[in-house]
Amino acid sequence: MSDYILEMKHIIKEFSGVRALDDVNLQVKKGEIHALCGENGAGKSTLMNVLSGVYPFGTYEGEVEYKGQPCRFHNLRDSEAKGIVIIHQELALSPLLSIAENVFLGNEQLSMKGVIDWTKTRQRAQEMLAKVGLENENVNAPVNTLGVGKQQLIEIAKAMAKKVELLILDEPTAALNDEESKKLLDIMLELKRQGITCIIISHKLNEISYVADAVTVIRDGKTIETLVKGVDDFSEDRVIKAMVGRELTNRYPVREGVTIGDTIFEVKDWNVFHPDDPDRQVLKDINIEVKAGEVVGLAGLMGAGRTEFAMSVFGHSYGQKISGTIKINGKEVNIRTVKDAIDNKLAYVTEDRKTNGLILIGDIKENMTLAARPKFFSKHGVIDGNQEILAAEEYRKRINVKANSINQVVGSLSGGNQQKVVLAKWMLTQPDVLILDEPTRGIDVGAKYEIYCVINELAKAGKAVVVISSEMPEIIGTCDRIYVINEGEIAGELTSEEVSQEKIMQCVMAHNRKEDGNEK
Amino acid sequence: MKNKRVNLDMKQYGMFIALIVIYLIFALITHGKNLTPMNINNLVMQNGYVVILAIGMLLCVLTGNVDLGVGSIVALCGATAGIMLMDHKANMWVAIFASLAIGLLVGMFAGVFIAYLGIPPFVVTLATMLMGRGLTYTLLQAQTKGPLPVSYNFIGAGFLPNYKIFAGGQPLDLVSIAIAIIASAALIFSEVRNTKIKKKYNFALAPVWQTVLKLGIELFILWFFFYKLARYNGLPFVLLIMVILIAIYAFITTKTVAGRQIYALGGNRKAANLSGINTNKVFFWVYTNMGILSAVAGIVLSARNGSSTPKAGDGFEMDAIASCYIGGAAVAGGSGTILGAVVGAFVMGVLNNGMSLFGWSTDIQKIVKGAVLLGAVTVDVLSKRKNN
Repeated sequence: MSDYILEMKHIIKEFSGVRALDDVNLQVKKGEIHALCGENGAGKSTLMNVLSGVYPFGTYEGEVEYKGQPCRFHNLRDSEAKGIVIIHQELALSPLLSIAENVFLGNEQLSMKGVIDWTKTRQRAQEMLAKVGLENENVNAPVNTLGVGKQQLIEIAKAMAKKVELLILDEPTAALNDEESKKLLDIMLELKRQGITCIIISHKLNEISYVADAVTVIRDGKTIETLVKGVDDFSEDRVIKAMVGRELTNRYPVREGVTIGDTIFEVKDWNVFHPDDPDRQVLKDINIEVKAGEVVGLAGLMGAGRTEFAMSVFGHSYGQKISGTIKINGKEVNIRTVKDAIDNKLAYVTEDRKTNGLILIGDIKENMTLAARPKFFSKHGVIDGNQEILAAEEYRKRINVKANSINQVVGSLSGGNQQKVVLAKWMLTQPDVLILDEPTRGIDVGAKYEIYCVINELAKAGKAVVVISSEMPEIIGTCDRIYVINEGEIAGELTSEEVSQEKIMQCVMAHNRKEDGNEK
Repeated sequence: MKNKRVNLDMKQYGMFIALIVIYLIFALITHGKNLTPMNINNLVMQNGYVVILAIGMLLCVLTGNVDLGVGSIVALCGATAGIMLMDHKANMWVAIFASLAIGLLVGMFAGVFIAYLGIPPFVVTLATMLMGRGLTYTLLQAQTKGPLPVSYNFIGAGFLPNYKIFAGGQPLDLVSIAIAIIASAALIFSEVRNTKIKKKYNFALAPVWQTVLKLGIELFILWFFFYKLARYNGLPFVLLIMVILIAIYAFITTKTVAGRQIYALGGNRKAANLSGINTNKVFFWVYTNMGILSAVAGIVLSARNGSSTPKAGDGFEMDAIASCYIGGAAVAGGSGTILGAVVGAFVMGVLNNGMSLFGWSTDIQKIVKGAVLLGAVTVDVLSKRKNN
């Protein structure tokens, strides 16, 4: 009767009294790509977990209808049997097993009961890889030899092997660069042509407008509206308005009242070699300088060497045979360990907060004061616990960390709030120079705005700020000046007046051509 | 801001309550045999070395690892002291110093491999376990060395000076009672001071009834122990060593930068590194420290037995590890307390003691201890899962 493949009606889901989903409705047409948008914690993942049976039937209220039939899934297996496959943000691959084995993980090709048919496994894996544009990969290679982008595609191949009809992708491009993202999105469009329905959860609105046929916005556990391409206003601003419930006229707050001072951070002739391969040069003759009150961006593709640069400057945390000089406040400093860096007022807010930034089982206070403790919160090695509490309280309020108290465990916070804790940790070391590596990855629009405000405040206080980001609009929106880095070298320098996404890409391309020319 | 309230961490006190319950169960089935002053005294003396090892082991567990070598190092250090005293007729202090030096060396040896060569602690300490035991047998030529001098025995079996009077037809040591009074005053004073500071800074306070209950339980346990000991022979010297070590390590793990660095390392090594913590150095000192504490335990054990035997300390590493886990330390590292490990050690001790009094064989005792370990960790893990 209807052309909807999936209808979720009046879904209510409570966690110990808290309503995570409150009367949510979602209707997905057969063969479309349907985007699900909302700030972090709005309930998108919860909704998908209801759909896929992670939260079994009976633990929620409401109805799920799939292909016109009511569904009562009790676990993931039930939903997969019906052709609904969910791919989570964290990849579910076993890194040391072969590609072929991963494609059929949990869905093994058997010759008889319990015995794996390797020929069939490899052959069918090859077929699946072809569908996602990876026909040139060796199915016997361990899956960790592939980059994150290709691993994401392996996940899709894995779903294809399960005869998927409704594919759910939870932030599939969060860890991918623009090029890889584009490829993944194109494959989604290809899947659509093959008649597969997709639900995509994403924060990247440009991607949504590129692939999606309709978008449903969820806010605070409620469905706000569904916009259909070609019928409704489908612009990014329109979607953002629905997501945050107000118009964010400017996604990047204006920096006012900043006086740009002298150069206080300078790196000269920086050369770094790969930590495992002393002959491979990762960074070549990098020169950058940042003035007090200035926000400088490091743009470039993933793997260009931006994080490697930051880490190697930050107490030789990456690489070997490092040469070059660092000047902070006009004085040449010798920074060989992270402690040296902190002592010299250099701070590095790491990318990937969960693995590099936070102690997830520790509380907010513990995490915030971790780096500053030896210098500011202790005397002769004995901690001043009361000062710690005061400082953590102050920063919790100042940068608006949403938590019950500073004793809340960091692992239970949302991504945006976790990011604020990492930021506070480094602000507490009272640095003059801050390097922020992917400061807003995977966090929602509202939290992003707050982080940009903090960046502005830092600049206002006369700090030198370096921002590394893979999202070009972010770099363009927040920085006064931009260095484009490509293959371990500076490919160009752009001021905020002249910069645009095209200009950055032109820099990269021109540099690539030059490199290729040199090799010939 | 008067309504700021936090609840006390009930898990920590839950362990105390479990200890008391186990103790009372055995009091019931042994008809009060484990309540006698002599038995309380034995409980302290017999568990002294496990408590000392559990303290050191907790630091290893906090890093997410264990030290399997401690039993062997206990034997090796005991043997060192025995050989110095018997074969070289050395002064007691020289023997103690030599024993501690060996513990330090073995600890550093393991530390270098673990911290600076990156060999997994499990493998390194499995090696020190085998090497230490073999070395002990070689040094002692598989013989027991003894009897050790009386002055040395004092460390493991002696008592602090006492002043006895007769009260109620039995001796009562007034020194123990005096110390108990001082300790109670200190406990109450520190609680009041804490509350005052929290009020001054306007920090969250626990409800009054919880604080009073907590203090009540602490005082009850304190007086129970000291009164029973006063009725026997006063305070054992081992108790003094234990209390000093517990105080020092509780302070290190909660109030010092170095102590918190161990927690940070156990919680997330990469993040700790990038926060300016030299994690190699932390690893090195944790294992070196374990070596020294193993030596202390070795001295106490050989002093109590009055002899050094090659078999000494067999399986102690397992008791120490179990104590930490029963005391609520996380297997993955990054969480756990000294007090928890000590309570864990006493849970094991009370079980051993009660079952011996009841006449169960050591074979049965092992089964029960294993079951208690499994049960304690299961309850801990399940309760955490529920909270999430």
